[in-house]
Amino acid sequence: MENEALLNAQATVLAAQAIGAGIALVAGIGPGFGEGYIVSQAIETVGRQPEARSFATSTMFIGCAITETPAIYSLLVALILLFANPFLGLLGS
Amino acid sequence: MSVEGPRIVLKILIGDYTLYVTETIVNSFIVVALLSLLAVWLGSGLKKNPDSKKQAFAEMFVSFMNKLTDENLGAGCRIYAPYLAGLFLFIFIGAIIGLVGLRGIPSDISVTATLALMTACMIFYNSVKSNTFVGHFKGLASPPFMLALNILGEFTTPASMAIRLFGNVSSGSIITALIYAALTGASVAVYKLLGMAFDTYYFNIFQVGVPAVLSIYFDLFAGCVQAYVFINLTMAYIRNAGSD
Repeated sequence: MENEALLNAQATVLAAQAIGAGIALVAGIGPGFGEGYIVSQAIETVGRQPEARSFATSTMFIGCAITETPAIYSLLVALILLFANPFLGLLGS
Repeated sequence: MSVEGPRIVLKILIGDYTLYVTETIVNSFIVVALLSLLAVWLGSGLKKNPDSKKQAFAEMFVSFMNKLTDENLGAGCRIYAPYLAGLFLFIFIGAIIGLVGLRGIPSDISVTATLALMTACMIFYNSVKSNTFVGHFKGLASPPFMLALNILGEFTTPASMAIRLFGNVSSGSIITALIYAALTGASVAVYKLLGMAFDTYYFNIFQVGVPAVLSIYFDLFAGCVQAYVFINLTMAYIRNAGSD
């Protein structure tokens, strides 16, 4: 009986972790829009000033890298939730 | 290709302390040996008037790095070019060894944290060099209300660089592993449909060709872009530290 209760609790925690990982990745929406905006602006710049192509491209890559930081953080949170099981130990034994 | 962390290859007992030699360390040594051999091969037998493709390629890469350094850090900072080129090649080759089935080096956070820590030391050195030791800490409190944020920024800069590289490379390998598993599932479904029992020694039909496309994107393209971004960020931070 005691064992069954612990198993139930563990199952609940694991399910909540999986759901939490899914919700964490919603943070990918914002950086997606942001990167699309950066790329569109870079293309516009290149269209207007073709001689600034290399500068616009390299700046675009750096801007994209910085913009996707929140997405990467959320990915890290999701990875920790999925593979490190941080809350399973709190149940005790 | 799996969703696991790096495997432990060897355990070395030194007194009470256990030293774990992981897959990452082995792969790093492979990459370092490869790069050393490449450097020796490309650097030997140089002539004043290049007549071989080898030397032309070496000169192209070196002048590309020198130009990049000059553009971003200004002239007189060419001393950083070898460091940046080494960083670029290590990350790039470390990422594309996924193409031959080895585990990518930057998909281990301890590696990216080490690289970011090296960059952080360089930023600190540069700031101290151009503003003196006292000036660096004064600069943290230049608008006094920003003090807490600036001190936090000293630590979040390397942390975010490490996590960015790790996240980008490891997310690629995780997606690749998930798709490998999905393709195995698809193959099993096809074998069942044909009325055959699927076992491990059956041919995994869907794993032919499809993962190659993913490898080209996640290993080759993402590896190159992330290596480029990493050295560009390093240069941007060094430049900022020097101009405070």
